[in-house]
Amino acid sequence: MDEAPVLELRGITKQFPGVLANDHVDFDLRHGEVHALLGENGAGKSTLMSILYGLYTADSGEILMNGKHVTISSPKDAIELGIGMVHQHFMLIPVMTVTENIVLANEPVKAGVLIDEKAAERRVADVAATFKFAVDPHARIENITVGQQQRVEIMKALYRNASIVILDEPTAVLTPQEAQELFEILRTLTREGISVIFISHKLNEVLEIADRITVLRRGKRVETIPREGATEEGLARSMVGREVLLRVDKKPAQPGDPLLQVHELAVRDDRGLEAVRGVSFDVRAGEIVGIAGVDGNGQTELIDAVTGLRHPASGEIRVGGHDLSRATARAAFDAGMGHIPEDRQRRGLVLDFNLAENLVLHDYGKEPFSRLGWVNPRRWIRWARGLLEEFDVRGGGPTTRGGSLSGGNQQKVVVAREVSRNPSVLIAAQPTRGLDVGAIEFVHRRLVEQRDAGKAVLLVSLELDEILSLSDRILVLYEGRIVAEFPPEVSEEEVGIAMTGGRRSEAA
Amino acid sequence: MSEAATPHAPLESDPEGYAPSVAKRLAFYQRAGGIITPFLTAVFAFLMGGIVVGATGHNPLRVYKAIFEGAGLNWFLHFGSYHVDIPFTNHHIWFWWDTSTNHTAAYNLTQTLLTTTPLILTGLAVAFAFRCGLFNIGGQGQYMMGAIVGVYVGSRFVALAHVTHILFAIVAAALAGALWGAIAGFLKATVGAHEVITTIMLNWVAYWGGSYLLGRDGPLQNHVDKSIPISDDIAQKAHLPAIWGNPALQALHAGIFFALAALFVFYLVLNRTTLGYEVRAVGFNPEAARYGGISVGRNFVVAMAISGLFAGLAGGIDILGWQFRLGVLDVQVSNIGFIGIAVALLGRNTAVGVGFAALLFGGLLTGTSTRSLDPQIFPPQLAGNLALMIQALVLLFVGADLLIVYIWQARRKLHLPRKVPA
Repeated sequence: MDEAPVLELRGITKQFPGVLANDHVDFDLRHGEVHALLGENGAGKSTLMSILYGLYTADSGEILMNGKHVTISSPKDAIELGIGMVHQHFMLIPVMTVTENIVLANEPVKAGVLIDEKAAERRVADVAATFKFAVDPHARIENITVGQQQRVEIMKALYRNASIVILDEPTAVLTPQEAQELFEILRTLTREGISVIFISHKLNEVLEIADRITVLRRGKRVETIPREGATEEGLARSMVGREVLLRVDKKPAQPGDPLLQVHELAVRDDRGLEAVRGVSFDVRAGEIVGIAGVDGNGQTELIDAVTGLRHPASGEIRVGGHDLSRATARAAFDAGMGHIPEDRQRRGLVLDFNLAENLVLHDYGKEPFSRLGWVNPRRWIRWARGLLEEFDVRGGGPTTRGGSLSGGNQQKVVVAREVSRNPSVLIAAQPTRGLDVGAIEFVHRRLVEQRDAGKAVLLVSLELDEILSLSDRILVLYEGRIVAEFPPEVSEEEVGIAMTGGRRSEAA
Repeated sequence: MSEAATPHAPLESDPEGYAPSVAKRLAFYQRAGGIITPFLTAVFAFLMGGIVVGATGHNPLRVYKAIFEGAGLNWFLHFGSYHVDIPFTNHHIWFWWDTSTNHTAAYNLTQTLLTTTPLILTGLAVAFAFRCGLFNIGGQGQYMMGAIVGVYVGSRFVALAHVTHILFAIVAAALAGALWGAIAGFLKATVGAHEVITTIMLNWVAYWGGSYLLGRDGPLQNHVDKSIPISDDIAQKAHLPAIWGNPALQALHAGIFFALAALFVFYLVLNRTTLGYEVRAVGFNPEAARYGGISVGRNFVVAMAISGLFAGLAGGIDILGWQFRLGVLDVQVSNIGFIGIAVALLGRNTAVGVGFAALLFGGLLTGTSTRSLDPQIFPPQLAGNLALMIQALVLLFVGADLLIVYIWQARRKLHLPRKVPA
């Protein structure tokens, strides 16, 4: 491996109003290595990479490529210098083919204006052959899997002759198997001399794929260390700045009576297609039932139906004996359901409401929060002040706008609201999505607390780690059906196979 | 006004912000920035208007001074020792302004306030819907329904007592407007018909409906003179009492108290009732409101009904206050409901803002009218256009402000697809 850095960032500083997003950050990338950039949300990873990719201009600091100073003031500059970026949300056009997407905006032309399709296909085939990509170049984007779409994004960068590829949280959308395939691709890339910057907040992945790891915390570089000798505990400490409990500490479950009963539930999605096809399960008092599955296998529709936000096509939902099959969201809440929704910004909070207003979102119409239609904001604020303290929400008081909190604190507000209503059944949908290690620890602890207090907790998550570490029983949802049930001791591989529709091997 | 003081909303945190509806974008304008933006908006509009005045060969400063005086706003500048009558008594007390409407300034001011009154209400009609995330273009139709029902009740039911008759007419007018608004809300809630389309269509229904009702041989046409397309006059005792000026010369009537009360009610309903909480929740984020257990559809209907109530009230008190009759021509040339859109936008959909914006537009309309503006300084036929122009410029700058916000938002979106430095 060539030790001379192909890329060097020196003393990068970027100030946003009120936030020092990058504070004299140094970073270097060697030829053919995977260098992981690790940090909590808001640590400055994305800002740093945005500066490198020309989306932002640094207030101070310099960028060197192969020892020479470069100025990158737009993504176009970055692409010309051989830097490619794969965003977390793909920028592909669904109705176009793989080849068309790859050559888009950089098409080989003939006769001045016509796209030379033959040349395009040839060049894409070259890239695919060099880096061993198995993607059908004629398939439409909308018909290939997320993992394949990600490969198309990487091919796009390589097609533009990138020698440095930045991957922003690439595994967030992948199954464990797809993540392994991605890592295989990254190893091929580095063998071919491509250097990779791998942005992540998942410790195990970083330890698996990275050659070196740089940890950022609050805009500052904490350390850059080789993978050898690095541990999850050590990295977590660097990221958060204190000791973090990575494993959820919990006693064995003591399940009681079933509190949430779902029987033969079928739900249609927005397009009228059956997204949940006859699902039955119980969640008993004092247990956490985890529903694992790849995104888009009916999780959203299942949660919506259970929480009264979508009418099921058929089937039955009972909470503590009440039939909620045709109930409204309000009725579900009043029957003792709590719901931590999967998208706190779109659904969980009214971002333009202050925290006090957000904390009474279900109960503003009930005494003592209002009387005869007149609200009592002073009472809201007093209530909010107590909750914000109890749930350790930082970054604002009762009259702070919800949108001005960080993601982790927003989620704490949602959790505070749902838990404080003392529900008998708590539905937690992706409760830690986009949260950092510290906030994840907080949410997990609260969920286990609820379980231990005799509540029935239904956890739906795309993070297999989370399902495995929290659940007392694991159900796997695949194409709208529950295809497997596992005890908590199950291996990640076994659940992973069920998640992709593979039969559970009874013999193994 | 607490909402108006909210600092810049972090746009990146608004997931719907990337592909916002018109109402959403305009509602954003209401949140972004403080009092300074509407102030600058108005100042720029007047500056641009001044350039155009200059281009016609007139002195902009003199013209604006004449408009200011035409609006009667110079009345506030003359202090002295005068007295003012206490209503319903023969007593009077000392006052530092001369209230005698024999002076031009005082008379002009009564006319400005007369125009401000319905503008406050039609402004609130637009503002309230905005707060629920709806763009109510139908203020004009709702106003007209109020006026039609107001003239109907005011000219019939003559057996009713004075106050009862007035209240009956006003309540009926307000309810007619509420119904007209609620139709659009109902269509939005049930079949998802866009309120901008439906309210525009309802405006035309009111326009042609009113033209038919009041036109030749129409059911509401004058009983006495069948040659004119105008309604009967309303009963003398259904007139709202004059509070300032000579009733024979279009005095300021008690309707202004309804408008001022409406400002207070608007604030109170939005900020102190569960209904207002729901409306604002739906306006800010319908998905979160639905998740919270609020019926979004019901709030669409209620918010549009309340919006229509304000506009209908405006129509009713215009009839009972100074028009006293309604003609086909009135129905067809009136645009008080449309100016309400500019009032709401400039006033950022808050009670205080709408009050001041209505006064500004009321003064502008009165100050540039043929009656008030000195033709020596600026030709009145140009002045009417100037008023329209300034109005349009205000809307344009509101739009430009939005545009800037929008571009900024798009930049942020491009730069940081998901995460932002917290």
